[in-house]
Amino acid sequence: MKTIKFLSILILSMITFSSCSNDDDSPTPVNEEEVITTLIARLTPQGGGTQITMTFRDLNGTITSDVSGNLTANTTYNGTLDLLNETESPAESITEEIEEEDDEHQFFFSSNIGTFAYADSDGDGNPVGLAFTVATGSATTGSVTITLRHEPAKDAAGVSEGDITNAGGETDISVTFNNVVVQ
Amino acid sequence: MKYLSLLFCLIFSCISAQDCTLTVTGTVKDFHDGTNIQDATIYIEQINKHTTSNSNGVFTFTDLCKGEYTITVSHLNCETKTFTSSVNDDTVIEVLMEHHIEELNEVTVKGETVKNTLTSQETLITTNKIEQYSSGNIGDALKEVSGVSSINTGNAIVKPVINGLHSSRIIIMNNGVRLQDQEWGIEHAPNIDINSAGSISVIKGADALEFGGDAIGGTVIINPTKVVLKDSIYGKVLLNGQTNGRGYSTSSSVTKTYEKGWYASAQASIKRFGDFEAPDYNLTNTGLNSKSFSINSGYKTFEKGFNIFYSYIDNEIGILRASHLGNVEDFERAISSDIPLTIDDFSYDINNPKQEIKHHLAKVTFYKRLQSLGKLNVQYDFQNNRRFEFDLRRGNRDEIPAVDLKLTTHSLKANIKIDNNIKRVFNIGLVGSYQNNFASPETGVRRLIPDYDRYDFGTFIISTLRLTNKTLLNAGLRYDFNRYDAKKFYESNRWNELGYNQDFSNIILEDFGTELLTNPKFDYHNLSGSLGLFVNINENNTINVNYSLSNRAPNPAELFSDGLHHSAARIELGDLRIDQETSNRFSTTYNYKNKQFSLLLESYLNLINDFIYIEPTGSEQTIRGYFPIWGYKQTNATLFGIDFTGEYKISSNWVLSNKSSFIKGNDVSNSRALIDMPPFETETKLSFNKPEWNNLNLNLISQAVFRQNEFPDNNFEVFIPSRNEFVLVDVSTPPPGYHLMHFRSSLDFDFKNQNVFTIGLQIENIFNTSYRNYLNRLRYFADDLGRNIQLQLKLNF
Repeated sequence: MKTIKFLSILILSMITFSSCSNDDDSPTPVNEEEVITTLIARLTPQGGGTQITMTFRDLNGTITSDVSGNLTANTTYNGTLDLLNETESPAESITEEIEEEDDEHQFFFSSNIGTFAYADSDGDGNPVGLAFTVATGSATTGSVTITLRHEPAKDAAGVSEGDITNAGGETDISVTFNNVVVQ
Repeated sequence: MKYLSLLFCLIFSCISAQDCTLTVTGTVKDFHDGTNIQDATIYIEQINKHTTSNSNGVFTFTDLCKGEYTITVSHLNCETKTFTSSVNDDTVIEVLMEHHIEELNEVTVKGETVKNTLTSQETLITTNKIEQYSSGNIGDALKEVSGVSSINTGNAIVKPVINGLHSSRIIIMNNGVRLQDQEWGIEHAPNIDINSAGSISVIKGADALEFGGDAIGGTVIINPTKVVLKDSIYGKVLLNGQTNGRGYSTSSSVTKTYEKGWYASAQASIKRFGDFEAPDYNLTNTGLNSKSFSINSGYKTFEKGFNIFYSYIDNEIGILRASHLGNVEDFERAISSDIPLTIDDFSYDINNPKQEIKHHLAKVTFYKRLQSLGKLNVQYDFQNNRRFEFDLRRGNRDEIPAVDLKLTTHSLKANIKIDNNIKRVFNIGLVGSYQNNFASPETGVRRLIPDYDRYDFGTFIISTLRLTNKTLLNAGLRYDFNRYDAKKFYESNRWNELGYNQDFSNIILEDFGTELLTNPKFDYHNLSGSLGLFVNINENNTINVNYSLSNRAPNPAELFSDGLHHSAARIELGDLRIDQETSNRFSTTYNYKNKQFSLLLESYLNLINDFIYIEPTGSEQTIRGYFPIWGYKQTNATLFGIDFTGEYKISSNWVLSNKSSFIKGNDVSNSRALIDMPPFETETKLSFNKPEWNNLNLNLISQAVFRQNEFPDNNFEVFIPSRNEFVLVDVSTPPPGYHLMHFRSSLDFDFKNQNVFTIGLQIENIFNTSYRNYLNRLRYFADDLGRNIQLQLKLNF
């Protein structure tokens, strides 16, 4: 009698449990939401001239880096940064996300071709770096490294001046454009 | 009574109008082997007559009237048996007695648990010891056993390491159910509340074949408190408060038992801690919120019974904030810094990064003793493991887990333990299980582990032969079949880069352009065996010699892993070509015991062919910078070690004990050391116990952990753009050795009705020493825990 009772419990529980397991067929591809595939820096000479575009792209494991032309010596450029997720079609702008969370983000520039300065600020008056200026010096060839930190310590010494040393936080972007020519 | 029965007889005989000339002849036999039992006492209540069985187990009652008789049979070492028999004619009956010393122990000795194996390197951790770790993890308690260490991610994620091996190389059995909780991951702690354990058994090596053939490291068997069959209600309340983590844990249990065999027990625990502290700083975001309960109920007699068990655990575990990395540059910064890069004020908040895991475990077991044969067991169990891992994310995605895995396992097991001859006991069984892993696509992060179905089938035979009074031979053989049927997406680039376009082009289901959907299907056939000899040389000396062969099929991570590991800033890649690993383990155990002194010396040599491990294989540039790629590979490995446990009774109150373990792990093919081998460790304890003074217990513990000097060089150079230089990232060099002192004490207060109140005080890391543990994955980022003072109140009722 107990055996029958037990077996019926057993069978019942098996049915119950197996009915909650999901038997999905083929999984769907994951829509990667947080990906940044592309960084575009647009440099427009103050007072007019040709816009220089620097593009770094990491799309499906392939890296491409391109600078559209040479910079002019002793010139100040107004710069903007644009971030895209090009796995989406049309490409999704990540710049807006950064703008919304500008207090949690900061770009850092490291270069030997000119002097970078911030031209924007978040709600607390700290720099973000989506807008910046770069003043070139004499003719040279060098590199430009752009780093985006998530949750940096913006109040730490030197950080609001663009010194990454004490910034902390996590690196979301770290790209280098080599052989940038200033003539 | 006499008159009543007389009256009964009278009435009965009047109605039936029969002469009282009937005979009842019976035989008393042993239930197990059918042998006749001599000198059993047989008593018939209605006629108030006694007799005893003769050398053939036979007894006779004559001159009985027709009717119902209550017969009681008793014998030394047997449970007394009472039954009714209706006598209408001359009757022959057979009485089966439970005459079994081993089983008797199981039924009558409270708190004592019989070991699972008789010849292997098995150590038992009893309830008293387990209670000391009530506010901690199961992994902490297991370190009571010499040779068992742990691999940690902080102090809340503690995975047991048995003789240098962990994760998929260890089987954890929770009340007869093999735990299936994504145990392949180093950051995945076993989902068991330590307070639900009544006893824990650690078996080193793959000798417990009943539970699986792939326990190259060993098996941990966790059982709830044994139920004693008497009409009773009892329970326990435990309350812990501690300074480090500024939190508490509480656990209570209550059990109701009936002499007839029914029992029910329930247990629940809550743990809540805020940020833990290293000696010099706060370990930001290391809080813990854990809730669990279990129900254990059933019916249990010698002949048959069943058990229903359900347990649930819900853990929310904060991961050290400073361990979350964006890229290798961040990792390099973290390693170079002496202190964590994020230190905030103490808080109970558990923010991202964190883990949330819910684990359900349910089982039903049924057993029946088959006369003159043995015990048949049938078990069905079900587990559901839901794992969420939350990362620091952009764009209000903090609420969306980056890892969302649902693992469902069903298994069915049947085994029969043939013990009709105590000298030759066989255990034969079959086990089958089905597992489904579902990785939710809602995460917005590519799946680390794909969706898969896994089918396992196993069969085993284990025999225990009592060769002589002093020698025991244990031999077992097991066959396992494992099948993976996975549906996995590969990035086309990665697919080609790994050469899968050459070897696995036939498994592509669909081409999505930049991604391929594939259907890897793999079968593994595993044979395992064990041979053990136990020799009881004399009352002081025993020796065990063991050999075990075991095969382990690769786990899902080793095959399929594909993604960024945030706290290590590395891309981890599985390999579809990985095959099973094979271990040949030889071990010997020597045990010496006299009234004053005891010593346990366990040594082993584990030769593992095609040992699966992970190491750096290259690097990859992304928009986030460069990342090292770590890939799974196979090599031949040798592990050799000695575990020592000794105890010396200085006087009736003072005891000095020591446990030490030494292990050497070599990658033979590449002539270098294996990674993550526990360094030499020795722990000495001075204990004082005075039963007359409220059972006062004082323990002073000195724990010395040496530096691991043998390790593989996995350091790599990485280019850091913002500094425009290559930097060596030292991920290999182990931290220096350290010495810690701990103190434990307790006092018992007895109340009426067997109620005992215990108060305990523990101080861990008395001198607030700063140290880092080689086997703590967060050692790169922060020191380990500082001083912790803990007060424990316990009421047994």
